[in-house]
Amino acid sequence: MSLPVGVGVPELPLGTSAGLLESLSGFVKELRNAGIPVSLTENLDAMEALKHIPLEDRDAFKYALAATLVKNNSHWKTFETVFEVYFSLRGREYHLVDGVDDEADDLISDLLGPREGESSGSADGLTHEQLAEMLFRALMDGNEAMLRAIARAAVTRYAGMEPGRPVGGTYYLYRTLRQLDLDAVLQRMMETARDQTHDELTDLEDRLAREEYESRLDALRREIEAEIRRRLVADRGAEAVAKSVRKPLPEDIDFMHASREELVALRKAIAPLTRKLAVRLARKRRHGRKGPLDFRNTVRHSLSYGGVPADPKFRYPRPSKPEIVVIADISGSVASFARFTLHLVYAISSQFSKVRSFVFVDGLDEVSQLFEGVDDPAEAVARINAEADVIAFDGHSDYGRAFLTFHERFADQLTKRSTILILGDARNNYHQAHVEVIADLKYRSKAVYWLNPEPTSYWNSGDSIVRQYAPYCERVVECRTLRQLEAFVGELA
Amino acid sequence: MSDSVPPSDTGSARFESPASVREGLRSVGYLPDDGIAGVVYLADRLGKPILVEGPAGTGKTQLAKSVAELTGARLIRLQCYEGLDESKALYEWNYKKQLLRIQAQRVAEDDGGKWTDIEEDIFSEPFLLTRPLLEAIRAEEPVVLLIDEVDRVEVETEALLLEILSDYQVSIPELGTVSATQIPLVFLTSNNTRELSEALKRRCLFLHIDYPDLEREKEIVLTRVPGITESLADQVVRIVRSIRSLELKKAPSVSETLDWARTLLLLGIQSVDADTATQTLHILLKYQSDIEKAAKDLSTSSASTSR
Repeated sequence: MSLPVGVGVPELPLGTSAGLLESLSGFVKELRNAGIPVSLTENLDAMEALKHIPLEDRDAFKYALAATLVKNNSHWKTFETVFEVYFSLRGREYHLVDGVDDEADDLISDLLGPREGESSGSADGLTHEQLAEMLFRALMDGNEAMLRAIARAAVTRYAGMEPGRPVGGTYYLYRTLRQLDLDAVLQRMMETARDQTHDELTDLEDRLAREEYESRLDALRREIEAEIRRRLVADRGAEAVAKSVRKPLPEDIDFMHASREELVALRKAIAPLTRKLAVRLARKRRHGRKGPLDFRNTVRHSLSYGGVPADPKFRYPRPSKPEIVVIADISGSVASFARFTLHLVYAISSQFSKVRSFVFVDGLDEVSQLFEGVDDPAEAVARINAEADVIAFDGHSDYGRAFLTFHERFADQLTKRSTILILGDARNNYHQAHVEVIADLKYRSKAVYWLNPEPTSYWNSGDSIVRQYAPYCERVVECRTLRQLEAFVGELA
Repeated sequence: MSDSVPPSDTGSARFESPASVREGLRSVGYLPDDGIAGVVYLADRLGKPILVEGPAGTGKTQLAKSVAELTGARLIRLQCYEGLDESKALYEWNYKKQLLRIQAQRVAEDDGGKWTDIEEDIFSEPFLLTRPLLEAIRAEEPVVLLIDEVDRVEVETEALLLEILSDYQVSIPELGTVSATQIPLVFLTSNNTRELSEALKRRCLFLHIDYPDLEREKEIVLTRVPGITESLADQVVRIVRSIRSLELKKAPSVSETLDWARTLLLLGIQSVDADTATQTLHILLKYQSDIEKAAKDLSTSSASTSR
């Protein structure tokens, strides 16, 4: 009907300043930059929602934005970070509570005041030990207000933040945490817990206590991180900070350069992804194509139309399932890519008639048996490194030799129904390429695909020889993220 | 982009504030967290449906039921499944009745009845079978519409829902457009087995219900399992949290926590040790491999102490 622009920005929600609107639009922009798709309607919904929410209630404010703007749970974490950056510091301005308070030490002594006599007057005199002691006690009691205050004090003291210094928040976080030495704190908490009970703690109790304390420490860590972020925002402005803390969504993380944290996120993201992919493929198989005309059935049904075949019936389609052979380089940097791909392929193995997998570095070994009878592909993937015999000489990738070995031992088992997936960056360490092997594999099988975890622009640079293999592959596909991997596998099945 | 903005100020707001939603839901035995209460409140104010997502057994369907109970509305439920079509979801003409009508007309043909009369007659309300969606729209009294497991229908069928969700109306070619007399609260639940279409998501408020945090789950156990002691409830939820942190095929849901707590109560157990926990694990976990994994982990927890 009317153009979306027309619906635009007409009425500001009552009682909101232009400032809120401005930071809201900055906020939405940043969400989009981070990869969360926010449509115009959703943006308007958010503004509409804010009319009904008491603005001083920060939680309600946050949930109102989340419910209208973020429609996918895996985007929640990104949303939360961006929210922190845009709406934490500006507390006073918009009466969103939780402004910055640099007199954290005073706050601590306020909180302590009635209970402890010793730290009278200004708390500037708190020593390192005293702060540590307070931290310990607050953690034991699970005193959240106190923990927040201590987090502030700790950041003031230990992070050594300097205005205008272009360092990321992680650096300050690291400095603060190093001073607090939380591992030792946990140790001490456990000991205290053991002392407090008169009986010996059973294993189970011990474990539960530990988990409780760990979750409190996690909360503290988050609080410190948030505090650092708040100060960074105060120093450099929301936009700059948002840019520096921007992280890719799980499906956009680069396999080759994923940090440990990102790998965890990837592993978490892969399970729902495979489930969805399997459902989609099964449906496609059932509904996608119509089989040939079923003459008998059509004639039978024509009886109810007086012999006119008005309602043609088709045979149930039974497209043959492809047989997959995966040959994966598991050396060094490409290893995690190979693992995720194997994981994905096996997780939807019901969509293939057969999956066989081989891994190599400079030797080659079959690992299909690791996946047999295992419920969870992740488990099998974890065992590959320990159990596969892939190093023949010096442990540097040698594609040519690996392909030769494969050809010698398994080529006669390939049929015209096998699809071969080769995973690797084709960095051959200047060994011989043995292109003729791939040519023969292509001849024997249905298709050969090469999945390369490097960006296209890096191909054929240095010792990468993907160009030499490419003519014998159906397609060479850049496959750096889960999104690309999913798209490829979806096409394949 | 033709979705007109639904009437936002219905004038008949059901709730005062997020806090009143929270209190209300509590009074009917559903313990919401702030997010849940806030989104329900907003849905009422904005006149928008809520898309509820989250792991199975966290009370998605129960939320709709509880809201219905709280507002004294009738709950109309549409269970989705693969192959659901408009004759099951929206409306259908009552063919048998139409046929009878036609035959009755034939008998009385001598009276000089005309075909056009019949035609007008047989495509009228008495011959219409209303299905849940239409029923919710036409209801005079307050209703809560629950569209359960919406991720099970095909993407094409999702389109059926769009008109109803954005404009609260249903178009029937023979009758015209039926608009809602009052805007019902609509809940859609999804187990996230596939990505829902953007169009559907855009029309809804999004609510993710995850496993509750420790305090809330404990409270849930205390209210839903009468007779349980505080210390046992505490232990139960702690152990469940511990089990959830493992990588399992299917983590225990809230309803399974409740089942477990009830079982322990029936067995007369005052405090859970590793053995009891291992023996009753099959109530919490439904896969053999998960049970083995958790049992192994619970009994070897001493190993982690020496970290």
